Formats: sequence, structure tokens, C-alpha cells
Amino acid sequence: MRPFALPVPAIRVEDLTVAYERVPAVHHLSGSFAPGSLTAVVGPNGAGKSTLLKAIAGLIPPSEGRIDTGAGARGGIAYLPQLAEIDRSFPISVIDAVSLGLWREIGLFRRLTAGHTERARAALAAVGLDGFEMRQVGSLSAGQLQRALFARLMLQDAGIVLLDEPFAAVDERTSADLMQLVARWHGEGRTVIAVLHDLERVRGSFPQTLLLAREPVAWGETETVLTPDNLHRARYISDGWSDAA
Amino acid sequence: MIYATLIEPFVEYGFMRRALIACLALALGGGPIGTFLVLRRMSLMGDAMSHAILPGAAIGFLVAGLSIWGMSVGGLVAGLAVVLLAALISRATALREDASLAGFYLISLALGVLIVSVRGSNIDLLHVLFGTILSVTDDALILVASIASVTLVALAVIYRPLVIESFDPAFLRATTGGGAAWHVVFLVLVVVNLVAGFQALGTLMAVGLMMLPAAAARFWAGAVWSLCALSTALAFLSGFAGLLVSYNFSLPSGPSIILTAGILYLGSIVLGTRDSLRTRYFPRAHFHD
Repeated sequence: MRPFALPVPAIRVEDLTVAYERVPAVHHLSGSFAPGSLTAVVGPNGAGKSTLLKAIAGLIPPSEGRIDTGAGARGGIAYLPQLAEIDRSFPISVIDAVSLGLWREIGLFRRLTAGHTERARAALAAVGLDGFEMRQVGSLSAGQLQRALFARLMLQDAGIVLLDEPFAAVDERTSADLMQLVARWHGEGRTVIAVLHDLERVRGSFPQTLLLAREPVAWGETETVLTPDNLHRARYISDGWSDAA
Repeated sequence: MIYATLIEPFVEYGFMRRALIACLALALGGGPIGTFLVLRRMSLMGDAMSHAILPGAAIGFLVAGLSIWGMSVGGLVAGLAVVLLAALISRATALREDASLAGFYLISLALGVLIVSVRGSNIDLLHVLFGTILSVTDDALILVASIASVTLVALAVIYRPLVIESFDPAFLRATTGGGAAWHVVFLVLVVVNLVAGFQALGTLMAVGLMMLPAAAARFWAGAVWSLCALSTALAFLSGFAGLLVSYNFSLPSGPSIILTAGILYLGSIVLGTRDSLRTRYFPRAHFHD
């Protein structure tokens, strides 16, 4: 396995609060994701998991506190949004959609070279979508689309990979295949943070876990975080917030 | 016979030739712009913006008379003001862009009607609303052609980010940190093309030559570039056929052109090769392996 070429910085979060209309979605979160760590973010609905990823990706500004992704994130940040945010009726071929991952190399104007296309094809093959190059994105199933988006992540070749519910709405076989890719990125020394709901998968595959209920409930080694006590506390805190709001 | 019906009017009369060239220029700029409006689910925003242009055109008319440049500059200023204000308000407040645009364009439209009815005659209002493609001047032709040229170059420059922003906006923002800028450039292009269109077709009809061919193309083509090309071709065909209908049956030219585009649109809904009524109710056998 080829290690990632650039040194990956730690992601440091200091007293982070992100609010929508003054209602905090993430509340006073401090801590850090070590370089090359593989972390699952879990918690009840509305616990601020997606918000935290968006804030790290720079999509929404912190209301208070700060996020340091290290010198403009050497190697870049690759962000996989929830499937619902993509316009699946847009007329674009699979190979074109996947090639967007080359953005940092081709930018606005440079053309795709034969080498680029070859890499896009290789990425599609790696996610099991051989022969899907010219298909329209709209004709893919949810699982196939998620595979294509993982191919795009591969091309982005980023030091930090953020995945928002990557295995929601895909079947067991697809999520097992995609999990192998996640494990490979981890093995290459990239920092990977994924929002997940399936606690079995978290226990089986993710060394680190952040349990979030707007405020952090526990953060660290997965087995010390996912205790019945902590999970109960997360639900309790989350319910309290909902009642107050 | 065919020559007399289809070709002769353009050979015989200079005003028909000018009108045809104006249609070509409008199709070249409006085809791709309309395609992106459809793809970005902004079909009705084009309509709203075309109304927003009215008071500017009316003020231009009052200040400079029936001058292409006065009315164009006025229309451009009014259109841009409404579009940019709406974009600004939707980013600064919780109001969505379509709602804030609706607010501003209605104010603008009422203002335009007020100005025209206080100071102008009904003839003038009709001119602004319905245009005069059969009396397109050299100045107007140059203006419309210039706008088409600028539009095509500008679209070529912003094509890639515009496609990405339509398909997966979060990806563009996460990768480049931008997104809003491309949207604003695109909105400016929409206004500029509507100003080009209202010279020839009037503010009411200009948006028709932009949206109808683009919506029709959706039933035939399956890629962004082919949608743009096809909607340009359909728009020009509508101009050509509409002018002939108008000439041969002595009907007003603007509505004739838009109705022709409308017929092509309805035909595409029924007969198109993609997701049309025909493919839905009379599907071809599906693949078995």
C-alpha cells in the first residue's frame, strides 16, 4: 500500500459552536483528530454530526471557536455530502461526474488528458463500475451512485476525507465494498472522518469514535466511547435540547 | 411553390432578412442560457426577470425616445438591480432567492406600468411589451449580435463551474470555496440576453424564445452540450418558421415566433425520444441481458 505523499496535518477543534438562527447544532466542541486517524462520528438525529463535517469542510462558518485544518489542509479536504444534496436528474455521464475529482489538477480551463481519463477509468474499476463510463448519473441506483462518488473521492487524492452517512441507502454488499476503500485510505495515512449510524460497523471498523449530542458526550477509543452509559446519556442530552427548542 | 413560401420573403425584403438574423443571434445566446435555466430549476425566474426590465426600458424611452441604446441601458440597469438585490437579500436573510426575486420584480413591473401609462401612450407600452422584430434597425442588430457573442464567450469561461454548481453545489463550494460568484455571473448573462430579446420580441415574449426551445430540447438530448446546441437550433427554427407564418398570414411576428416555439415544445412532449409521453405509454421492449 502506497503511503499518502504529503504530511497530513491534525484537525484541531477549539470550543467550536455552530448555530443556525442562534440555535446551536454543535455546542462547545474541543479536541483533535490525529493525522491518519479513522474516526466515526455517531449520535442521535439532530446531534450536529453533518454540521460538524460541513464546518470542517469550510462550508459553514463557526459561530464561535475555531477549526484548524493545518496550513490550508496540505493535500486538501475531500468532502462527500449526503446523497440527497446531489441533483440526480442532471444530464451528466458517470465518467464526467467522476472526473470532477480531478478539479485540483485541471481547474477551470485545462483539458482532460488521456492520462486523466485513464485514472478516472481506473477509479471506476476500483469501485466496481467497469463499463459504466458513458451511463447517465440519473440511471444509476443509489448504491451505484455512491460507488461513483467514492471513485471521485479517490481522484481527489486528499489528505483529509470527510464522509457524511456514506452507507445510508446502500445495500450490505456495497457498504462492505466501500468500507474496504475507507480502510485502504486509512492504511495510506489519510485522516478519515465518517458520520455513521450503524454502531456494529463502527465497533468493527473504526478505531476512534466521537459521540455527539450537539455537545460532545465522549471522544476517543471506540470501545471506551460506545458504552451503554454514554449512549444513554447522548439520547438524554439530545432529548433535552429538543424539548427546550 | 416551396421557394415562394420558404425562401422568397427573405430574398425580397430587407426587413425579413434583418428579422431572421436577429432571431439567429437571439437563438445563439438564448439557447444555452435557457438550457442552464431549465437545468438549474430556474425556468420561471427568467420570466420574472423579463418583467423586471420594464421600468428601466420605460425610463430609457422617456429620456431618449425610441432609441435602442437608451432603452437597452435602462432595461439593463433595472434588470441587474433587481437580480443583484434579490441575490443579496437571499444571502443576507432567510428569504429564498425565488421569493425575494418575486418581491423585487413585482415592484419593478408596477413601477414600469406606472411610468408608461403616466407619460407614454398605449402604443408605446405595446412596443415595449411586444417588440418590433420587423423593424429591427442596424443598431439593434449590432446590439443583439454583440450580446450573443459576449454571452457565448462568457459561457465558455464559466461553463465548467456552472455545470458543477448545477449538479453538485456542495462539491464546488468544498473544493474551491466559491460558488456564488458563478451564479451571479450567470444571472447577469440572463438579464443581458433578455435585454437583447426585448428589442426584437418585447419584454413579454423575449423569455419565450429562451425557455420553450430549452424545455423542448430536454425531451431529445441527454448531455449539457447537446441540450445547448439543440435548443439553439430549435430557437432559430422557431424564428424562421414564425416569421414565415407572420408574413404569409399577416399575423404579428412576436407571438407567431413564440407560438411556433410552443408547438415545437408540445410536439417534443409527445414525440421526444427521452421521457416523453410516447416513450412512457408506448415503450420499446427493455433489454434482457
